[in-house]
Amino acid sequence: MPTYCATARAERFTFSSLAHVLAAATPEKSGDQLAGIAANSALERVAARRVLLDLPLKTFLNEVVIPYETDEVTRLILDTHDAAAFAPFSSMTVGELRDWLLSPVATAQTLTAAAPGFTPEMIAAVSKLMRNQDLIRVARKAEVITAFRNTIGRKGTLATRLQPNHPADDPMGIAVAVLDGLFFGAGDAVIGINPASDNIANCHSLLSSLDDIRARFDIPTQTCVLTHVTNAIELLEAGAPVDLIFQSVAGSEGANEGFGISLSLLGEAHEAGLAAARGTVGQNVMYFETGQGAALSADAHHGVDQQTLEARAYGVARAFNPMLVNTVVGFIGPEYLYDGKQIIRAGLEDHFCGKLLGLPMGVDVCYTNHVQADQDDMDTLATLLACAGVNFLITVPGADDAMLGYQSLAFEDIDYLREISGLKAAPEFDVWLRRVGLGGHSGALPNPADFITKMGLMA
Amino acid sequence: MGSLEKRLTSLKTMTPSRVRLEAEGGPYPLSRLMAFQEDHAAARDAIFRAPDWQSLETDPSMVTQRVKSRAQNRAVYLKRPDLGRRLAQGTHLERTHPALAIVIADGLSPPALSAHAAPLVHGLRAVCQIAKSAPIFLAEQARVAIGDEIGAMTGAELVLVLIGERPGLTVSDSLGAYLSWKPNIGTRDSSRNCVSNIHANGGLSYAVAAARLAWLISRARDIETTGIGLKDNSPELSVIAGRTAL
Repeated sequence: MPTYCATARAERFTFSSLAHVLAAATPEKSGDQLAGIAANSALERVAARRVLLDLPLKTFLNEVVIPYETDEVTRLILDTHDAAAFAPFSSMTVGELRDWLLSPVATAQTLTAAAPGFTPEMIAAVSKLMRNQDLIRVARKAEVITAFRNTIGRKGTLATRLQPNHPADDPMGIAVAVLDGLFFGAGDAVIGINPASDNIANCHSLLSSLDDIRARFDIPTQTCVLTHVTNAIELLEAGAPVDLIFQSVAGSEGANEGFGISLSLLGEAHEAGLAAARGTVGQNVMYFETGQGAALSADAHHGVDQQTLEARAYGVARAFNPMLVNTVVGFIGPEYLYDGKQIIRAGLEDHFCGKLLGLPMGVDVCYTNHVQADQDDMDTLATLLACAGVNFLITVPGADDAMLGYQSLAFEDIDYLREISGLKAAPEFDVWLRRVGLGGHSGALPNPADFITKMGLMA
Repeated sequence: MGSLEKRLTSLKTMTPSRVRLEAEGGPYPLSRLMAFQEDHAAARDAIFRAPDWQSLETDPSMVTQRVKSRAQNRAVYLKRPDLGRRLAQGTHLERTHPALAIVIADGLSPPALSAHAAPLVHGLRAVCQIAKSAPIFLAEQARVAIGDEIGAMTGAELVLVLIGERPGLTVSDSLGAYLSWKPNIGTRDSSRNCVSNIHANGGLSYAVAAARLAWLISRARDIETTGIGLKDNSPELSVIAGRTAL
């Protein structure tokens, strides 16, 4: 294996592998420190970035960070690499790619054409040479559009997942939270529940009640119960109204095993979703969640930094043409992302990498109580992501998910973001909101009492 | 069906979520913002509060021994869960082969153990014979898995770790209890049984938690295992195996 070296302030640093260079070059994260692979000094970090700057992009096609023979994610990345799309970049270094991305030549069109030519490791590498403003500036140019019962990702739009979780999966309690979100115009990306119990009958009844609300109001959106992909397959076979098929994915075969999945299983689920053909304006049927640190927490990181592994998770996701992908950026805890600064950086990195790899990228802007972060940090990240053109953000009543025990964005936060940015809901959903009189059209709902009754909320 | 206002008020009782239910929307009201900040402040303070070891040590009904993890302070503890799982170097515990060892650990909520550890131990002793003679260890800056090393060092058959759970916005002093059969360094979380949400704010009462733990302890001794191998067959006992949050 070749070694890499560079000098910073007359000190010479040597790196034993490409993975070592990437880990040393990555912005400071507590997760990489926990894994024992972070730069040992600030100077070493700069030296590793100097290595990346001059590194030919094609190095990533010849040297892998996790062995091809033992990792199906590596095999997927290399076997599906599009050489024709890569051709214009084949003689560039990582540093030159950064300059190209910032140049006017990189547009929505050229970025879309280039995406299949980029490997996750290339995009992770270039992100390590970019400041937060670079990540925003480039991601903003990309446009990734997906469709199911509405269209997500068009320029000028900002969609939301309405997350109406309830600690006991009570259908009425969930309907009340859905109502609260609809009042604010949330729910165009998906109305999606994390069930407290993965019990199949429970998931079936949750799917039925969500689908019932959607159908009763003819809402142009999709619903989802975020249960394991094998459950979704079983539910589809039982005739449950499964719109989107959900799964958490990670960037190594071992970490995916920890989630109880493989690429072939995801393929099977994707086929089942396509066969159900429930989409009306498109057939993107998968919904994936990811997050830096997942592979380390599954003890399957192979000495690769968490941000590079996260980009590899996007390599997994893009093989299945998902409707939605989001990083749950602040959920994992301070041992992976210590504070607001690290969460903000990671959120921008994840959004950038996902978009550049061709994914309809959203973010759960969130934190737990043992992280050094608060609502101010979430305001900052959400505002930056709205500038960066994020496809969708997750929202819960009052920013507090009473089931999962963490804080995300509130419905009010989307109102704020749409007001300051001029961004609108997904087009079909926006038309529906206006027709019904919901979502920031102050006092426009003609008869709230009728609306509530029609929701099935008779109290 | 009453007035709209009455109906909305009654709908709010159907979920613990912070629903607002105002069709006219608008910015987050200041009163709600203050309530949220108060809840978050309580959770944050809970994590950083020093545990009240003294009242446990001076409880005449309990013989305790203090131990420390390898995490020297809260900042290190939060960043390095691996250090919180190991006893400080040089720790020596007598090898007495107890049938049960009880570990009271600060975890992410020191106030939880200050509030609930002693009453729970007393409750358990009332319904579980071997708890009466169980040695009690007070573990500082500790994660659940610190019980594994304590178990290995003392030669305990069963280890019960009572630990402060990650504070939520609503409850910041919830206690969790983890039971492991013959644990060793490296014991997996899937080899434990857990009874969580022991607190006074709608959580499990001491009596109910003690009854569940006594059942689990007795069953574990019968089948000589814990975790996914110890299935809970009684509907009123809910047991979560393999939680990894701590």
